[in-house]
Amino acid sequence: MSRAFEWQPSASPGALKSRADQLAWVRGFFAQRGVLEVETPVLGRHGVTDPNLDGISANTAAVAGGVAGGWLQTSPEYHMKRLLAAGSGPIFQVSRVFRDGERGRRHNPEFSMLEWYRPGFTDSDLMAEVGDLVCGWLGCAQPGVLAYRDAFRRYAGLDPFLASDRELARRCEAWLEPEQAMTLGRDGCLDLLMSYLVEPALADYGPVFVTGYPESQAALAKVSEHDGTRQAHRFELYVQGIELCNGYWELTDPAEQRRRFAVDNQIRRRSGKPEMAIDAAFLGALEAGIPECSGVALGLDRLLMLKLETSDIADVIAFPVERA
Amino acid sequence: MASYSTNEFRSGLKVLLDGDPCVILENEFVKPGKGQAFNRVKLRNLMSNRVWERTFKSGESLEAADVMDQDMEYLYTDGEFWHFMLTDGSFEQYPADAKAVGDTVKWLKEQDVYTVTLYNGAPLSVSPPNFVELEVVDTDPGMKGDTAQGGSKPATLSTGAVVNVPLFITIGEVLKVDTRSGEYVSRVKSS
Repeated sequence: MSRAFEWQPSASPGALKSRADQLAWVRGFFAQRGVLEVETPVLGRHGVTDPNLDGISANTAAVAGGVAGGWLQTSPEYHMKRLLAAGSGPIFQVSRVFRDGERGRRHNPEFSMLEWYRPGFTDSDLMAEVGDLVCGWLGCAQPGVLAYRDAFRRYAGLDPFLASDRELARRCEAWLEPEQAMTLGRDGCLDLLMSYLVEPALADYGPVFVTGYPESQAALAKVSEHDGTRQAHRFELYVQGIELCNGYWELTDPAEQRRRFAVDNQIRRRSGKPEMAIDAAFLGALEAGIPECSGVALGLDRLLMLKLETSDIADVIAFPVERA
Repeated sequence: MASYSTNEFRSGLKVLLDGDPCVILENEFVKPGKGQAFNRVKLRNLMSNRVWERTFKSGESLEAADVMDQDMEYLYTDGEFWHFMLTDGSFEQYPADAKAVGDTVKWLKEQDVYTVTLYNGAPLSVSPPNFVELEVVDTDPGMKGDTAQGGSKPATLSTGAVVNVPLFITIGEVLKVDTRSGEYVSRVKSS
């Protein structure tokens, strides 16, 4: 059985027009606020260490004394932080990013990301700006705020900070074999409960920020004590249960960053994934000093899905991976 | 036997789960934020016909099941087995037991072609074509002039199946029946 190769785009002409409108709107939004548009490499020398992100490696020749090979970037974060360290001031970028193997109704391995950084902003300051951008475009009310901890207490029936690993694994046995659940680990269990119990419940909310993640779930965020637990300054915006963006009050300490990279690679090693070389240029920028800032990455394809009220990402991308 | 990784999962794929052959009905990729990716999969167990929902960590794999659909002609039954023959010219015969034949037994007509699903080379299930043509062997006498009323009555077909038919149908007529709904479609003109 061979499937016929389809040459037509999967998105309608109307959707493609809306895509262009959205991009123009985003650029207008930042122009008005004096945020500089930048462009950084899609093909970088390093990939990310994050154990849950798989980059796509590229075969390149070694040119001009460089090294051969590189990675299609999973996010422009490291390069943008190097610009911040160089004194760029507030910056935004619309870029194509790549995540190997991710395909579903809300995922395509290549997608459009809007990422921006605001020196001097705390996470709450940036959440307000995200609200302006998203709700300005979608025409919705400003997002509410729900603590990660409360969301789990309410919809998963447990405390994500205090529940034992065993308790978390047990809860996941509703969907997984006990042996599978045991191998998930604490964060894997929380991710499953987030996807299966919390996200669907958030569909009944208007736009809502989820805040205060466990420390282990935010590689690049500042951490502080809150209600006797260590919580990361990470926020996610959900609109109709669709995860739209992920933001941090950014970690600026190079030693702590180095330690987290090492932990990532430990996790990679344990799960049989290749270890990733650490991006020395990025650490160099942190050592030179990046300003206190908050940053956020937002999925533009999903934003358009919400605008056009469709549940399939193929409706908003001209050529998803099967047709690419 | 080959195995399939979660990123190869698609509907129609035949896999082994808990030792039973299953067909994947739906495969949903879910991944929160920067978290662990999962595949939420609906499968039909081909032995029990039950639908299962299972979750796999992305990257896990399942063994492929040796399941094949083959066109076969129904030959006869010896009371214990129903015998089918490949239509590919090999004349190879396969006996299917009552469990494999299941409800399809009421649509089995000699020399008609059915889809026989083989698991490890033995019939696992038998599916009828969407439409079969069968003769009426018993029904109440026809009533002329009632064609417009749309009334119906039961009719027994040559295979033993009972379907509701219009009042004008008489014994000896051949009917086209939809096997999916078990409903009468039309009379077949005798040639």
